[in-house]
Amino acid sequence: MTVSDTRPTAPDPAAPPPAGPGGRRPWQTWLRSTTTGSRTFSVLVTGVLLVVLFGTGSARYENFGSPQVALNLLVDNAHLVVLAVGMTFVILTGGIDLSSGAVVALSTVIAASLLEAGWPAPVAIAVVLATGALLGWLMGAAVHHLQLQPFIVTLAGMFLARGLCFVISVPSIPIRDPFFQSMAQDVVELPGNTFLTYSVFIALAVLVAAVWVLHRTRFGRTVYAIGGNESSAALMGLAVGRTKVGVYVISGTLSALAGLLFTFYMLSGYSLHAIGMELDAIAAVVIGGTLLTGGAGYVVGSLLGVLVLGTIQALISFDGGLSSWWTKITVGVLLLVFVVVQRLTTRRARPGT
Amino acid sequence: MRTTPAGPADGAGPATPSQPVVEMSGITIEFPGVKALQAVDLRLFPGEVHALMGENGAGKSTLIKALTGVYSYDSGTVTVGGTERSFSSPAEAQAAGISTVYQEVNLCPNLSVTENIVLGREPRRRGHIDRRASRTRARAVLARLHLDVDPDSTLGTHPIAVQQLVAIARAVDTDCRVLVLDEPTSSLDAGEVAELFRVIRALRDSGVAILFVSHFLDQVYEISDRMTVLRNGQLVGEHRTADLPRLQLVQEMIGRELATLEDLERAAANPVPTDAVPRLSGRGLGRTGALAPVDLDVHAGRVVGLAGLLGSGRTELTRLLFGADRATSGELRMDGRPVRLRSPRQAIAHRIAFSSEDRKAEGVVGDLTVRDNLLLALQARRGWLRPIPRRTGDELVAKYMAALDVRPADPDALLRNLSGGNQQKVLLARWLLTEPRLLLLDEPTRGIDIGAKAQIQQLVAQLASDGMSVVFVSAELEEVVRICDQVVVLRDRQKVAELDGATSSVDDVVDLIARGGRS
Repeated sequence: MTVSDTRPTAPDPAAPPPAGPGGRRPWQTWLRSTTTGSRTFSVLVTGVLLVVLFGTGSARYENFGSPQVALNLLVDNAHLVVLAVGMTFVILTGGIDLSSGAVVALSTVIAASLLEAGWPAPVAIAVVLATGALLGWLMGAAVHHLQLQPFIVTLAGMFLARGLCFVISVPSIPIRDPFFQSMAQDVVELPGNTFLTYSVFIALAVLVAAVWVLHRTRFGRTVYAIGGNESSAALMGLAVGRTKVGVYVISGTLSALAGLLFTFYMLSGYSLHAIGMELDAIAAVVIGGTLLTGGAGYVVGSLLGVLVLGTIQALISFDGGLSSWWTKITVGVLLLVFVVVQRLTTRRARPGT
Repeated sequence: MRTTPAGPADGAGPATPSQPVVEMSGITIEFPGVKALQAVDLRLFPGEVHALMGENGAGKSTLIKALTGVYSYDSGTVTVGGTERSFSSPAEAQAAGISTVYQEVNLCPNLSVTENIVLGREPRRRGHIDRRASRTRARAVLARLHLDVDPDSTLGTHPIAVQQLVAIARAVDTDCRVLVLDEPTSSLDAGEVAELFRVIRALRDSGVAILFVSHFLDQVYEISDRMTVLRNGQLVGEHRTADLPRLQLVQEMIGRELATLEDLERAAANPVPTDAVPRLSGRGLGRTGALAPVDLDVHAGRVVGLAGLLGSGRTELTRLLFGADRATSGELRMDGRPVRLRSPRQAIAHRIAFSSEDRKAEGVVGDLTVRDNLLLALQARRGWLRPIPRRTGDELVAKYMAALDVRPADPDALLRNLSGGNQQKVLLARWLLTEPRLLLLDEPTRGIDIGAKAQIQQLVAQLASDGMSVVFVSAELEEVVRICDQVVVLRDRQKVAELDGATSSVDDVVDLIARGGRS
């Protein structure tokens, strides 16, 4: 048995510094050996990328470096942050949720039509969230109890949610409700003549809650365990079924919440809102360092992933001369690069290589 | 991994060592058509390592599963700590203090060592997981096993051996009175085995009863205090390890089948001209972790037997000869010319045929007809662009079905409806159709009735006298000695001897397997 893969258990003053054999530096040993190691590395890479992208923008375009541009990344993408957090739960178990974009659209349509019918805003919001949770529960139950592929189940969920939008209303419904209006227009003034919307605070609160759930509760650790090895998790006596259904309920609910934030942003309910937004969320999660096979990644990475997407979009709109399709092309290339980087880091993380 | 000096044992052992902590008696389990276990007894004592011995199919796994609540038994009793118990799930058995660590590590490689130990029963404080207490508990159990593993490191970054030890740590983190280790050493090297044994001894000294299953005799003799030997689902005996000579153990495990088969007449073996170039010749052929380098010559018209216990390397060697696994050392020559076998396709191109040990998973296709199964390999050899003409196919199928006496004699019957022996004949015929120069047979007679067995043995002898070279693997030593011209004895993944089949006896082989040719 070798010493090479383990660090000294306790800080022993008499022990020599942890110089790994084979000339491995301490940080490399740390990368290889800690739980946080290679995944933290991926998140760091995303963070560095974000800084580089933003720096490039600041250098090339006047006013790009102003604080409000940075804050606008959050203001314009608060809904996507919430969506990506929900998606991270599902992807950590090794699943996928293709329905989330359609659930966003459905949420805008349900909210708008209920408000149009004169329902009070809190009730409309409750109905939207409950719908998202119910859809998520149905999909999770199908994935777990019928042992169906998450891809197919959530694809069906996507068509169902999108179809329901059209059943409720084909044309776009404007929203004039005072609460929704104020959520859309009121801002929180920050020092330096900058501001944030309430949606940003909601998104950040969701993020903090998600970090706590994933890292400090049995439910959260079971999410990671399932992603690592589902049959082992079951043999270890963990609540695999409940957890698997749970992540789809979380994703469905957060998709509905993202739909509400999107409604605040657009002030309308429309069947064709958020087309392909689930793919933006998946891209953000992957760029944020979460493995699509599950078991490794952080919601904070997903936040950074969303910000990277937002920065690319900002860069292209600042340029003015480039078509907005360049956003998609850049995101595509980035995604490819990140998946390759992931493959390389996971290969390194295995013993004996 | 470094070890700290063994501390005083955790005095958790029950009071009197004469009282077994687990007593299974008269356990009988019947599966449809098979008596998997017949009135088997097993006693586990606190502070003892108990080895469960037997060849494949002897019933070891079934007995373990009856103990750990995976299988229910048809008759018999299980007494744990003096009270009669019957577990309906592994979780129930674990709650009663019976933990199992399987050959493949059932943990989550993406989580930390600490989490793998405490997952599902983490200490909690004010509604969330108390990470500091988790780490303290993990450290405590690792210290109890004298393991120096960083509890914060990711499990997957450690070698399998360390992961296995962590699995043991998880098992003993609960109040564990009985620890079942099912083939824990099968993928470990010598140093790792020593580390595992140190942990096992520490647990034993703390009063845990350990049930240890392994195919390696040296290891069993090194670690165990007591043994129970099973054969064909029956109890052969319980012995103290110190009182049981190896020779007797091997005889008990293998058993002595009465000479129900008439001795095959062999034309005074097939003599080999001393100057002949062997059809197949391996020099230093080995694969890291699977087989130590082996020299092997197979001449035309000879049957070479590979004898040894399960896990001795006999299957590994045949897989190397077929290119199913790649050799990491040595060279292979066919008719004197060097060949490299990187895949079974290349082996087939050299006209080597391989009938696998696991005929259900790797051999026959149950949902195809006998005809389709027979023609599969020949068609593959011809390439898919040159279909076998219907009439040629029919003729070949009729000829080989008659020659091997496949029953029912219906080429359109689905293969899965045939008996094991007839499936084996179809598998053999499939390869014979391709007219191989070298035939590798891994356990061709396992699990088939005695009549079919005799037919297959006769066929092998016939094929050899027609000039084919055959490598014959069997756990039944009588069979090997009877039909092989040359017997290669393997033990613990090494070749220990080569005997002349005509002049040696089963006793010679048993002796070599037990003593490793050092006597």
